[in-house]
Amino acid sequence: MKAARRLFAAAATAAALMLAGSAGWAAEKPREPESRDWSFSGMFGKYDRAELQRGYLVYKEVCAACHSVEQLAFRNLREIGFSEEEATAIASEFTVRDGPDDSGEYYDREALLSDHLPEPYENENEARAANNGAFPPDLSLIVRSRRGGPDFLYALLAGYEDPPDGLELADGMSYNPYFTGTQIAMPPPLFEDMVEYADGTAASVEQMSSDVAAFLYWAAVPELEDRNRLGLQVMIFLALLTVLFYFVKRRVWRDVH
Amino acid sequence: MSGAAKREYKNGFVRWVEYRLPIFSAADAIVGRDYPSPKNLNYLWNLGSILGLALVIQIITGIFLAFYYIPTAEQAFNSVEHIMRNVNNGWLLRYVHANGASLFFAAVYIHMIRAHYYGSYKAPRELLWLIGLAIFALMMATAFMGYVLPWGQMSFWAATVITNLFTAIPLIGDSVTIWLWGGFSVDTPTLQRFYSLHYLFPFIIAGLVMMHIWALHTHGSSNPLGIEVKGPQDTIPFHPYYTAKDLVGFGVFLLILAFFVFYQPVYFSHPDQFKPADPLVTPPNIVPEWYFLPFYAILRSIPDKLLGVVGFVSSILVLFFLPYLDTSKVRSAKYRPVFRQFFFIFLADVVILGFVGANPPEGAWLVIGRLASAYYFIHFLVILPLVGWFERTKPLPESISTPVLGDAGGGAAKPEPAE
Ligand code: HEC
Ligand code: HEM
Repeated sequence: MKAARRLFAAAATAAALMLAGSAGWAAEKPREPESRDWSFSGMFGKYDRAELQRGYLVYKEVCAACHSVEQLAFRNLREIGFSEEEATAIASEFTVRDGPDDSGEYYDREALLSDHLPEPYENENEARAANNGAFPPDLSLIVRSRRGGPDFLYALLAGYEDPPDGLELADGMSYNPYFTGTQIAMPPPLFEDMVEYADGTAASVEQMSSDVAAFLYWAAVPELEDRNRLGLQVMIFLALLTVLFYFVKRRVWRDVH
Repeated sequence: MSGAAKREYKNGFVRWVEYRLPIFSAADAIVGRDYPSPKNLNYLWNLGSILGLALVIQIITGIFLAFYYIPTAEQAFNSVEHIMRNVNNGWLLRYVHANGASLFFAAVYIHMIRAHYYGSYKAPRELLWLIGLAIFALMMATAFMGYVLPWGQMSFWAATVITNLFTAIPLIGDSVTIWLWGGFSVDTPTLQRFYSLHYLFPFIIAGLVMMHIWALHTHGSSNPLGIEVKGPQDTIPFHPYYTAKDLVGFGVFLLILAFFVFYQPVYFSHPDQFKPADPLVTPPNIVPEWYFLPFYAILRSIPDKLLGVVGFVSSILVLFFLPYLDTSKVRSAKYRPVFRQFFFIFLADVVILGFVGANPPEGAWLVIGRLASAYYFIHFLVILPLVGWFERTKPLPESISTPVLGDAGGGAAKPEPAE
C-alpha cells in the first residue's frame, strides 16, 4: 500500500520534472520576465488611479500611433478617475466617422463618450504596409494573451538591448530578448521624457513602461476591483456557511455508530 | 422499496394533485421513499450530489450568458467581451460558467475513480455505471462545443483539429467532415450548430441523471466495504443524515469554485483564448482543456491518423466494459491488496498521460506517451481480469454493522460472491 502511494507520488513528480525540462528544448527561448510588484496583484489588489492616468497618457501619445485598444470606450475612462467633463474633453479631441445621415452621406464628427477609442489604421493591410509587414496587435487583452501579463509587458518595453555579437538583425527589426524569436518589428517605442506627466513624475523609460503596463492591465481586466471586493464577501460567507453545515452534520450524526 | 404500499400524503394540495396526476408517487418510485442508505458512506460519496449542483450551476449561468452571446464568427468574440465588460455582473456569469465546467470535470473524475476503487459498478449496478458513462460522454461533447463558443484562437483550432479527425474515416471521411462543418472549414455554420447542441445536451444530461438516480435507488448505494446491506441495522434514512452531509460537500465545492472565480479566474484558460480566432495563424501547440489531456495524449501518441482516432475512441469505450473486465467477486479495493497497488499505478499513468497531452508529441514525450497509452489499455484489458482471477482477497466483514474480526488474521477467506 505504502509502496503504491510512494510510486504514485514519484510518478507525479517525475511527470512534473519532465514538464519543466521540456521547456528547455524549445529553440529560441525568450528571456523570462522578472515578476514585479503591482498595486493590483494579490487578493486585496486595487488600481492606482494616478498610475492608470499616466499610463493612458503614454498610450495616447505613443502607442496609439500604431496600436488600437478597440474594447475601450471613452466613457470607460471615468473608471480610472477622469471626471465626466474630463472624459468628454478627451473624447472631443478625436474625430470619428459616422453616418449615413439623411442624405446618405458619411461625415466626421467629434467623438462622444459612447465612442470607442479610434483605431490608427483603416485595416490590417494598411497597418502592415506601415510597419514593415508586421501587424501591431490590438492591446485590449494583451496582458491576458501573453504569458507573464504585465510583467512581460514591462520587460518588453523597457528591455530593448543591443543584439549579441554575431546576430544579424533582419531589415527594420530590433533586438528584444523578451520577445518570442527575439527579433521584433516594433522599434523601441519609448525614450526618456517622451511625455510630460501632469503630476510631475519623471518620465523615465522604466516609469512609462510600468505606467502603460498598468493601464493595459486595467484595459483587459476592468472588473478586478469589483471582483476582489465581492470575492472577499462571498468567500467569508461560504466559509462560515460550510463550518455551520459541518457542525449541523456532526450533530445530526451524533448517535450513528 | 419497490412495490411499497401507496403512501398517504398529508398535505391537502399534494393529495389533490396526486389524485389527478400521480406525480408524487412517481417521484417516490424514482427517488425511493425515505431512501435507506448504508450508514458507512464516506465523503467520496458526496460527489454525486455535487455533480447535480454543478449541472444546475452550468445550466443557470448558461441561460443568462445566452441572453447576450452571439454565435457568429464576426461577433462571437466581441459578444463575450461585451458580457465581460458591459453586462452587469457579466464577468461573474462567465467566470462561474467557465470555471464551473472545469470543476464539474474534476468532480466527475473523482466520482468515476471512486467507482473504480470501490468496484461500485459490479452487479447489480452495471447499468448505473453505463448511464453514468453516457452522461460523461455527453459532458465531453458539451464542454468541447462550449469551448468553441468564445471563438478565441484555441476555440477555433481545437474545433479544427477535433472535427478533422472525422476525415480519418475511410472513404466517406471527407464528406462527413464537410457535412459536420456545414461548409469547407470551421466557420459560422459550425459555430451555430455547436451553440445549438451546446444548449441542448445539458438537458439530455439532466434526463440521464434522472435515470442514473432511478437505477441507483433501485438497489441502493454501494459502500466503502463493498458488501450489500444486510438489514435495517446497516442503514440510515437519507434525510436528515446524508442531506446534512451533502450540504458540507456543497459548501466545500462552492468555496473552491469561488476561489477560482474571484481570485484565479483564468487559471484553467490558455493565453491564446484571448486572441480572436484567426484561421491564418496556427498556434504552435494546439491543446484542449486540461480535462481532455489524457485522451488527447492517447490520440497523439499513435502516428497513424485513423489508428489514433481508434485509440482515442477505444480509450473511452473500454470504460463501458469495466464491469465485465474487473472480474473479481470482491468489490472494494479495501479487501483487494493486489488490485489496490495496480489502482494507484493506473492513477499515476493517467496523470502522466495528462502531462504528455499538454506537450507536443516529440522526443521523450512521444516515447513516454506511447508507453503510458499502452499501459492504459493493459490496465483494463490484461491486469484487471487477471488480478480478479488470481488475487487472494482479504476476508470480508459479516455486515456493515459488524466490524471485521481479526483483521490481522491474514488467512485469505473464500471471496464472498457479490450478489
Ligand atoms: C511604430 C509603431 C509602433 C509603436 C509606436 C508601438 N508599437 Fe508595439 N508593435 C508594433 C509592431 C509593428 C508590432 C509587431 C511586432 C512583431 O510582430 O514583430 C508591435 C508589437 C507589440 C506588442 C506585442 C509583442 C508580442 O509579444 O507579440 C506589444 C505588447 C506592444 N507592441 C506594445 C506597445 C506599447 C505598449 C506601445 C507604446 C508604449 C507600443 N507598442 C508602441 C508597432 C508599434
Ligand atoms: C453540462 C453543462 C455545461 C458545460 C460543461 C458547459 C461548458 C462550457 C464551456 C467550457 C464554455 C466555454 C467557456 C469559456 O471558455 O469562456 C461554455 C460557454 C458557453 N456556454 Fe456552456 N456549458 C454547459 C451548459 C450550458 C447551457 C445549458 C447553456 C445555455 C443554456 C450554456 C451556454 C453557454 C454560452 C452562451 C457560452 C459562451 C459564453 C462563454 O464563452 O462564456 N452552457 N460552456
